[in-house]
Amino acid sequence: MKRVTLALTLALAAGLSAQAADAQTLKTVKDRGMLSCGVSQGLPGFSSPDDKGNWTGIDVDVCRAIAGAIFNDPTKIKFVPLSAKDRFTALQSGEIDVLSRNTTWTISRDTSLGANFTGVTYYDGQGFMVKKSLKVNSALELNSASVCVQTGTTTEQNLADYFKANNMKYEVIAFATNDETVKAYEAGRCDVFTTDQSGLYANRLKLANPNDHMVLPEIISKEPLGPMVRHGDDQWFDIVKWTLFAMVTAEELGVTSKNVDEKAKLENPELKRVLGSDGNFGEQLGLTKDWVVRIVKTVGNYGEVFDRNVGAGSPLAINRGLNNLWNKGGLQYAPPIR
Amino acid sequence: MSTEARKPPPQIALKIRRILGGKAGWNGVAVQFAFAAILGWIGYEIVSNARANLENQHIAAGFGFLRNNAGFDVNQTLISYTGSDTFLRVFVVGLLNTLVVSVVGIVFATVIGFIVALCRLSPNWLLSRVGEIYVEVIRNLPVLFQILFWYLAVLAALPNPRQSISLLGIAFLSNRGLVVPSPIGQSGLEPFLAMLALGVVASLALRFHARRALFQEGRMIRIWPYVLGLLLGLPLATVLVFGLPFTFELPQLRGFNFAGGSRIIPEFVALTVALSTYTAAFIAEIVRAGILSVHKGQMEAGSSLGLSRGATLRLIVVPQAMRVIVPPLTNQYLNLTKNSSLAVAIGYPDLVSVFAGTSLSQTGQAIEIIAMTMGIYLLISLLTSAVMSVYGWRVSRSLGA
Repeated sequence: MKRVTLALTLALAAGLSAQAADAQTLKTVKDRGMLSCGVSQGLPGFSSPDDKGNWTGIDVDVCRAIAGAIFNDPTKIKFVPLSAKDRFTALQSGEIDVLSRNTTWTISRDTSLGANFTGVTYYDGQGFMVKKSLKVNSALELNSASVCVQTGTTTEQNLADYFKANNMKYEVIAFATNDETVKAYEAGRCDVFTTDQSGLYANRLKLANPNDHMVLPEIISKEPLGPMVRHGDDQWFDIVKWTLFAMVTAEELGVTSKNVDEKAKLENPELKRVLGSDGNFGEQLGLTKDWVVRIVKTVGNYGEVFDRNVGAGSPLAINRGLNNLWNKGGLQYAPPIR
Repeated sequence: MSTEARKPPPQIALKIRRILGGKAGWNGVAVQFAFAAILGWIGYEIVSNARANLENQHIAAGFGFLRNNAGFDVNQTLISYTGSDTFLRVFVVGLLNTLVVSVVGIVFATVIGFIVALCRLSPNWLLSRVGEIYVEVIRNLPVLFQILFWYLAVLAALPNPRQSISLLGIAFLSNRGLVVPSPIGQSGLEPFLAMLALGVVASLALRFHARRALFQEGRMIRIWPYVLGLLLGLPLATVLVFGLPFTFELPQLRGFNFAGGSRIIPEFVALTVALSTYTAAFIAEIVRAGILSVHKGQMEAGSSLGLSRGATLRLIVVPQAMRVIVPPLTNQYLNLTKNSSLAVAIGYPDLVSVFAGTSLSQTGQAIEIIAMTMGIYLLISLLTSAVMSVYGWRVSRSLGA
């Protein structure tokens, strides 16, 4: 009996891996009636559940926008919280349709994981947080410090590079999840907490006395964060990529969740193209003509999403900086919808 | 007419039939071969399917990544390691960290387990209640919870390095761990170690001689003064001739942390304490069961010979109990080794943390890394069982069972 069970299990495992290679993600999502979205286990501003279990954050809104474009219903999502080290396996195995989990775009991840980055939702860089009582003003004064870091991140490698390049010694303590890392930092196991700078501001809010801690000015790396999809399904890649572009384009054209209906009635040729009364770009993507309207109604444009989750309208109060539109001094730039 | 004896029928075919077919005869053999073929086919399908899918999705495969640079650091390494070493070296570093925590844990768990078992069996009411409470509390709490308790309790109770607790000015205790002076070899080290080894060998030879005299001629030889002289006197003599074998490098507070000296990190302490106390609760019950399995008459016989309770236990009861104790004890050793993978929760860099964790997500090669990790755990467990089986066999043999 035991042997039969074993054989069945193995056969099942083989079947599952066959399904992962299936390239019809949009159809799978529609049949399931639900988008499966990989997010973090709790990073305020990016993806974290509130006390009622509702997920909020900039990464969450990217998924809501995709669900909105497909189903016209932002609630048809299953959020799958993933640790940094489990996230790629979950995407490869087909457990999630899109990974939207503050993931840094690097060449090795783009080429060896069987997955593609679709764009950049947030331009970030790695920084350091220390207790004010240590009286440290620069990352270059951190020689011999103990550093807490979350395992399985680019952060860990940047850290090794930075200390080596500056000829400084350090001790690294790597934890599996963000919360464990923060807890160990707060307990005094290490002098320094390092992650992407947005993450530092977000985690500082979790500490008992946020004002006793400061983020050092140095940024030691480029961390473009963006969503990922599996290789081999170009249609799905296009949908996720253009959902983000649609949000940026909407901000550029001044289309917001509040005025989208009025804007759609205007006789402006570009607005008509983008909002679907002219041309059939949405249908070419496999969506509907009014896909941009659906997205904007669901989550708002990129600027609204930024302000609500990490910007001026949130406790994090992070400046737009690099994440401003290209014509306002930032890097957010969408190819034209035409 | 030849008168040669008739050849016996070929034995090999019969043997195969008996082993594979059992009572079912040749039909049974056929079924076994068919079953093996199906298993082999399923295995082949799984491997080729996985390989094809990986290729289709352009996911890197193969073990070539082991030669790539890891690019991250580890905070406890028993062999030298830097970020520019390879993933293969990360694997060895993680494996050694797992082994050291398992071996230290097993030693402590065994010692604590035996002590608690003897407490529970003690005629002293208070001692036996204390043993009972220990067992009931510790074995009924989840081990992950205990690891976190020790880690957070140890960390919360200790000061930061600048206010560290000084032990005689040479060792320092803080929430970064225990820093102790580290020995640095000098010119006198080699003769010192050579004489120490000679002393150990000579002492063992003396013990062998004394036991032979005791068992074969019934003579008691007092050897401990000679052993003491060999173990202490010989090395001391080399110190007088060649000078000190090593000097100590004292830890000093520099910047954020101590520089110099060796350090025991709090993650290691928390993990070892939690695993050994937890497993000790189970070992205590196993040892108690083993001792109770020895007939009461043995204990009484010991007392009637005038042996103390301790001597009776040591010489008569425990050797007989070992036969019952060893097999389940092996299970506990295996459990402890496998539970050490919970280290990932408190940031201790064991195999699962640095290899199946960090390395996996840096390379994305889940299948290869998980297979290697599973393989090595299997190997460790099988080796542990093998060693314990040999020990169990020796115990049984020495009892003439």
